[in-house]
Formats: sequence, structure tokens, C-alpha cells
Amino acid sequence: MAINTAANTLAKSQYSNYSNKVAITRATSEPVLVRRLLISVVIVFLGAFLILPLVAVFTEALRHGFATYFAAISDANALAAMKLTLIAALIAVPLNVVFGVSAAWAIAKFEFKSKSILITLIDLPFAVSPVIAGLIYILIFGMQGWFGSYLFDHDIKIIFAVPGIVLATIFVTFPFVARELIPLMQAQGKEEEEAGLVLGASGWQILWRITFPNIKWGLLYGVILTNARAMGEFGAVSAVSGHIIGMTNTMPLHIEILYADHQLAAAFAVASLLALLAIVTLIVKTFVEWRVAQNAIHNESI
Amino acid sequence: MFTKKNILPGFNLSLGYTILYLSLIVLIPLSAAFIKTAELSFNEFWEVVSAPRVVASYKLTFGASLIGALINAVFGLLTAWVLVRYKFPGKKILDALVDLPFALPTAVAGITLATLYSAHGWIGAWLELLSIKVASTPLGVIVALTFIGLPFVVRTVQPVLEDLEAETEEAAASLGANRWQTFSKIVFPAIWPALLTGFSLAFARAIGEYGSVIFIAGNLPFVSEITPLIIYIKLDEHEYAQATAVAVVMLVISFLLLFAINGLQWWLSRRNNSSY
Repeated sequence: MAINTAANTLAKSQYSNYSNKVAITRATSEPVLVRRLLISVVIVFLGAFLILPLVAVFTEALRHGFATYFAAISDANALAAMKLTLIAALIAVPLNVVFGVSAAWAIAKFEFKSKSILITLIDLPFAVSPVIAGLIYILIFGMQGWFGSYLFDHDIKIIFAVPGIVLATIFVTFPFVARELIPLMQAQGKEEEEAGLVLGASGWQILWRITFPNIKWGLLYGVILTNARAMGEFGAVSAVSGHIIGMTNTMPLHIEILYADHQLAAAFAVASLLALLAIVTLIVKTFVEWRVAQNAIHNESI
Repeated sequence: MFTKKNILPGFNLSLGYTILYLSLIVLIPLSAAFIKTAELSFNEFWEVVSAPRVVASYKLTFGASLIGALINAVFGLLTAWVLVRYKFPGKKILDALVDLPFALPTAVAGITLATLYSAHGWIGAWLELLSIKVASTPLGVIVALTFIGLPFVVRTVQPVLEDLEAETEEAAASLGANRWQTFSKIVFPAIWPALLTGFSLAFARAIGEYGSVIFIAGNLPFVSEITPLIIYIKLDEHEYAQATAVAVVMLVISFLLLFAINGLQWWLSRRNNSSY
């Protein structure tokens, strides 16, 4: 009897061991040790490359306390830089949104020859070094450029002035809205727009009442990303700005000057504002993806 | 299959505006670079673009971009795998943070990496103990370019991994394949095109990068000076023709890469469509 029970227990424990093992290492997953190892490697990698830099920005910014922090971000030159950054973004973002919607409408709703070439050309600014983006506008509008003498005669300043900064900003943020909208609008097809047309809606009514409500979340992320890139652009703006403190300095250029001047806490204080903008951008992206997934589930259930 | 007439309005307006805006902002300004270079004779052009200091910068820029992209291919694939397949606390936050290098201004990334990897920085101090120096060395350039390219591989591989059917892996397992065989024979062939696309995007992005590199690189000629900085220095010295010559070399290489990437994606979408 006693032996029997012991055998039973042994059998049971073997069985439970076996079932445990089955539960943990399913055919399409890895042993728990491998999983933990891979997760740890990824956490260490992302921790070193993403989390540590993000924490460092705010730690360095607040190293000398809140008083220094607020003094740095309310400094007259910092405020002038923020104002210029806002102006550049306020002009560049709407222009690129109009372009992005227009390009996505043509590419997603119609078939035409050499469409893939057009898409590649829209991607071009993404592959061009920001310094080169600045250089090409100097070649056109600079003193020795194509329109240099004309602009000089008429006392118009583009390079080393605000218009040059705006142009460089438009160039580097050129593809983002279009890239966000093209796949979205291609996936949605054009049946809804055609239905609107058949029911007598005009082109603009279709755009406002049908297309925009469908693409609003993708458009929102496109706008936020374009805005973050516009406010943060450094290389292109640096090449065309001339670094006139208080006049043609954007926030990233102001950060560079403070850093070169060894005013680390002040540099990181201004940098922390742009880092906050980046965090807001990531939150909006996560929210938009969640909304799109919700919509997909909603549509499937209908 | 028959083609039906497209009845939607606005084709001429939207395509016309797209091409006009594209030409004014991108194509005509870019053509200025090629026209400006024509001012130089071929010998002058060659002398500028093959000067030893410039050649050293190509080697650094392309070498560091390649290493950065390779690091991202390995860790990006691993990150995508872990984010898609496993559950662990903080996963959602890590997933959202992957796009940070895309959203964080390059100048902010630049001064932050330079501070972290300086001899007294949080990471630099530890590496100092191993007598590894990152700031003002080619290693610093690699660190910055790895940071910049991080989102690309993860974001191209992740959706492909999510769409993979579990059935094929189950079939492989039931036929006696172990986990590694299933990965290398079933999963990897399905994701390698996405991996290659992500790798090329990270590489292309790294070649032109300026803001995040110049702070950590220290910019020593022949050691840690990247090609975009050479262009910047020549611009600052008002040597516009020389700056443009080097820029044209970079532009041609970047364009070839971009066309290769788009060609790769076009080929993949055709292959995928025909297989269903």
C-alpha cells in the first residue's frame, strides 16, 4: 500500500513535471531561459541607447537646480531662439501638410505612369544630408548664387535670415506627411469617395466630409512628426542661418552655442524642452496607433 | 480584369501641385548642386573630391555607417522579435521609445551622447576603466550613427513578424525541427527582405547624419571627421564650388542607395502579390 502510494506520487510528480514543461516550451516558442536572456539583452541595449540618454537630458538640465533651469529657458536669447523655431515650424508644417494631402490624393486615388518614380522623388530629402540641404539653398539665394545679385539689389535677405531657415526646414521635413498618408489612403481605397460623388458631393466636400475623417489620425501623427523634426532641425538650418545670436538662432543652434561655451546646464535646459516635444510626439504616435487598431476592430465587427 | 474609368475629381490639380511643389522645393535646388559643380573642370573636381582629408572622411562616414547599420540589424531584429513574441513588464513603453531617435532633435542627441560617453560621463567613466575611449574617436561616430539608425530595422521587421502565420512554425515543429532550425529555415527567410530594407534605411540615414555626430566625434581631421562636416567647413570658408563637389559625390551615392531601397521594396511587393 505504502509502496503503491509512493509510486502514485512519483507518477503524479513526473506527470506534472511533464505538463509544466509542455506548457513552458511550446513548439512555437523558446525555452524560458532563452526568452529571459533575449529579453535581458534587448532591455540592456535599449536601456543604454534610449533610456539613459533621455534620463541624462533632464538630469543634466536640472543639475544646478530649478532656478538655473528657469533662468536658462527664460534668457532673452533663448526666448528669441524659441520664437524663431516656432515661426519656422508654423510656416513649414502647414505647407508640407497641404503638399502631403495633395500628393497622397494623387498617388493613392489614381493610377498613372511612373508613380513609383514620383514616390522615390518625394523620399529624396530623406536621403540628402541636412548640410547639403542648406548648401543647395545657398547656391540659389546666396550672395554668389543664381539670384544673389538680384536679391542684393532689392535688399531681400534669404540666406543668413529667416526665409532661408524656413526653406531649409521645409526641405528636411518634406516627405513626412506624404509618407504617413500614402499607405493609409491606399489601404482605404476610394469606394467611399465615389459613393459621395454619386450622391452629388463636390470635390472639396468629399475631401472635407469623407477623406479627412478617415485619415485624421494618420494626418495628426504626420503633423506632429513634421513639427518635431521642423523644430529640431540642426544641420540644414545651421548651414543657412549665419548664427546671428538673437536674430537667426533657432533652439538647436542656441543649444550648440551654449554647449560650445561650456554652459552645460543651460544647453541641456533648452535641450530638455525639445526632448519633451519628442516625448509628446511618441505619446501621440502610440495613441494614434491605438486608435487605428480600435477602428480596425470596430470595422471588422460591422 | 477590366479597367474602369476613375470618376474622382482633382487628379490634375493634386498631381500638378505635387509636381510643382516637389520641383520648387527639392528638384530645382538639388539640380543647383550639379550645375555648380560644372563650373569646375574635371581635374579640379577630382582634386577636391580625392584630397586625402576628404578620402579619410569618406572611409569614416561609410565605414561607421555600415558598422552602425550592422549593429542595428542584429539588435533591431532581436528587439523586434522580443517585442512581438514575448510578454514582459514595460514592453509597451520600450516599444514606444524605439522611435525616440526619430523624434529627438539631432543636436539634443549629440550633446547628450557626448556627455554620456565623455571620460566623466555615466557610460564613458565605465569604459574608461576598460581603457576604451569613445569621445573624439571613430567609436564615437559609430555610437551616434547606431543611435540614429535604431528605429529603422525594428520598425520594418516588426510588422512582418506580427503577420507571420503560426501554422508554418507549428508544421516545422511537428516535422521534428528544433527551434533554431525553425527560425533559420522558416522564420528568417520570411523576414530577411524586411531586415535588408531596414538595414539599408539605417545605412542611408547614417551617411548624411550631421547633428548627432559632430558633438561626440571631436572632429579631428583624418581621425573622426565625417564628410558632411567637410562640406560644412568648406561652406564656412566660402569655398562653395569645393563644398558642392564633395556634396555631389555624397548625393550620387545617396540617390543610388535610395533607388536600390525603393527598387527592393517594389520587387518585394510584387513577389508577395504573386505568391498569393
